[in-house]
Amino acid sequence: MINLDKGTVIKRQKRRKLLIEGIAIAAIGLVLCLLLPAILPAFRLKLLGRFLSLAIVALGIDLIWGYTGLLSLGHGIFFALGGYGLAMHLKLQLPEGQIPDFFPLYGVEKLPFFWYPFYSFPVTLIAIVLVPTIVAGLLGYLVFRNRIKGVYFSILTQAALLVFFNFFNGQQKLINGTNGLKTDTDTLFGMVVSSSGMQLAFYEVTVLSVLIIYLLCRWLTSGRFGRILIAIRDDENRVRFSGYDPTGFKVLVFAISGGIAGVAGALYTVQSGIITPSFMEVAFSIEMVIWVAVGGRGTLIGAIIGTLLVTFARTLLSEQFPEVWLFFQGALFLLVVTVLPNGIVGWVKSWGWEKLRSLLGLEEPMVTYPSLEKDPLVQQEREELESVQDNQR
Amino acid sequence: MLQLFFGLFNGISIGSVLLIAALGLAVVFGLMGVINLAHGELMMLGAYTTFVVQNIFKMLGDPWFGAYIFVALPVAFIVAALVGLALERGVIRFLYGRPLETLLATWGVSLILRQFVRSVNGVLAIGLVVFCLLFFGAWVLLSRRLDWQKIRNGVLTILVFLSTGIATVTGFLLSGQKALAKPWFSARNVDVTAPAWLRGGLPLGNFQIPYARIFIIILTIACIVGLYLFFNRSNWGLRIRAVTQNRQMSACLGIPTNQVDALTFALGSGLAGIAGVAITLLGSVGPNTGQNYIVDTFMVVVVGGVGNLLGSIIAAMAIGTVTYLVGSGTIALLFSQNSALQGIFDFFTFFADSSMAKVMVFALIITFLQFKPAGIFPQKGRTAEL
Repeated sequence: MINLDKGTVIKRQKRRKLLIEGIAIAAIGLVLCLLLPAILPAFRLKLLGRFLSLAIVALGIDLIWGYTGLLSLGHGIFFALGGYGLAMHLKLQLPEGQIPDFFPLYGVEKLPFFWYPFYSFPVTLIAIVLVPTIVAGLLGYLVFRNRIKGVYFSILTQAALLVFFNFFNGQQKLINGTNGLKTDTDTLFGMVVSSSGMQLAFYEVTVLSVLIIYLLCRWLTSGRFGRILIAIRDDENRVRFSGYDPTGFKVLVFAISGGIAGVAGALYTVQSGIITPSFMEVAFSIEMVIWVAVGGRGTLIGAIIGTLLVTFARTLLSEQFPEVWLFFQGALFLLVVTVLPNGIVGWVKSWGWEKLRSLLGLEEPMVTYPSLEKDPLVQQEREELESVQDNQR
Repeated sequence: MLQLFFGLFNGISIGSVLLIAALGLAVVFGLMGVINLAHGELMMLGAYTTFVVQNIFKMLGDPWFGAYIFVALPVAFIVAALVGLALERGVIRFLYGRPLETLLATWGVSLILRQFVRSVNGVLAIGLVVFCLLFFGAWVLLSRRLDWQKIRNGVLTILVFLSTGIATVTGFLLSGQKALAKPWFSARNVDVTAPAWLRGGLPLGNFQIPYARIFIIILTIACIVGLYLFFNRSNWGLRIRAVTQNRQMSACLGIPTNQVDALTFALGSGLAGIAGVAITLLGSVGPNTGQNYIVDTFMVVVVGGVGNLLGSIIAAMAIGTVTYLVGSGTIALLFSQNSALQGIFDFFTFFADSSMAKVMVFALIITFLQFKPAGIFPQKGRTAEL
């Protein structure tokens, strides 16, 4: 028997797992990128594109709620900031010297100062990520610095959301107030945004962003950083006592999550054709949380699955019976919290899988300590012991 | 001078609306650390109860109509308290120690209540009654069996589906009836007519102080005094305070913490009902009315500090006054005479509107929390979390 050292075995197992995961992600990406545009009608594809961009926000929320235990009810802020960034750039695709058509309505003749950077496309792209990141970072710093946490944090984010909503709603002269910015008829690179070619391109970009952001979150949550986040979620005081300062980590992860929401908002805006302050309504931001909860918090794939399922159910139900949707959504909140605290993915992982296996008659042999049987370290020790015994013989 | 007094009065009257809405929330949050996002909807239920009571009194004729509000107050209290009790026993009880989950669950309840008010009609009500009779009736009957603990989960699951099925079928059979299928309130806002003696106002110089506002201030004071007496003079008040301070120790000393929780939640919800009666005097009420109050009232609790009535009072008055003074442009006017202060004038004029005032108040609250993260009166002792 070959005597492998402990690290190599674990590394090999890890590598194999990673490889399988990588292949699965690539396959799903290829199906989404190439196969679905060919078979789905344009309308459904656009819908899917929108749902996928919402899945990006859900990834961001999973990062802070599922892994760090911070429940933000204000992600609409960052979502809308990203959306407004891109919409402002699209609104500025005008001949030299003109200003967007809604400004003269309110008697504004000169472009407000903060619109100027959005003339350039690269700056816009950076702003879409950076502005929400900075806003989230600042808000997070001011709150976390004082060790405000738990429900206090949630309620403060909700208040911040309301404040931003009021601000954007009231400022006609700066950003067209309640009416929002319509991007349907604007052009990007000389093409109309709502044309089918552009929409397909946006869809592909969305799929790519979902993959990239999934990988980013996966990377963040798998290493030491991820372990600290989970430690903060489970016992913040203990983290503090062991010499880490949770504030920095919380601010950082909240800022990252804000930036992710900004990307999602930009992609969602161009695919739905308009951005208004209603993106910052209280209900919408709480709905984002339920996507993650349904899928299973603390599992990144759960966030994506949950978003797709709930938003799909929403379109289905509100097309057929608009009245039932709110009842259904309310029941979903209650159900997920009481019966399925770990969401669909958590349920499948914990005992759905076992049950299925036992139904199929593929039950594993009974063991006294199941957790020990799965532990690679214990397995390794056992093998080593056996090999030593072999050698002695 | 008079103008300042008037500004102050308006601020206090806004503050007293905030305070009466926040009282119930503060009590519940202080005791259980539970954020009840359905609090606004309980207020909405109180407002709708007022609407129903008013309609009944309209039928009685004029001399009685003026007194409807005194009937509406206890009825709204009881209705909201009962709904709150059901909410606590049915959902929140299972979620203690998980505040974030409770928050989401109460949001679900608030969505359901909002849609319920929109679409409630005879069919839905009968269906609900049928469901409750079947489900809870069977539960009571079956729980007498000796092997109840063993079969409990399975039986309850079957019962839920069975009763839902029967209730739905009953609903379908009845939905042909036009009179039953008509929504009671519909999605539109309803108007509650204030009794004659609450309309108009007390003239004071050039200004007029509306009687409705005075009534709300008096009502708020009455609620505070009542709460104070209940907490400090009654046995249950003593128990509630004990559990607020230290739950484990109280349980060890034989205080039934379960009952205390249920009672407190019902009390908080009932106060929301009373607040609902108060807001009918300010304008029309609709299914979404509660949403307008929820964040502001939480700000009161956050600023005031947990489990402290005095903190809530000060916070509500401060927030109300600042909101009014900034929003109405009174502060901006102060700087308008002096041309050297033009910058400050412009700054305050920018915020001189009710939604922009909220922006400013939030900024002030965040600044305040930098210095006093646990509110004006933080909890002391070893159990204090923050």
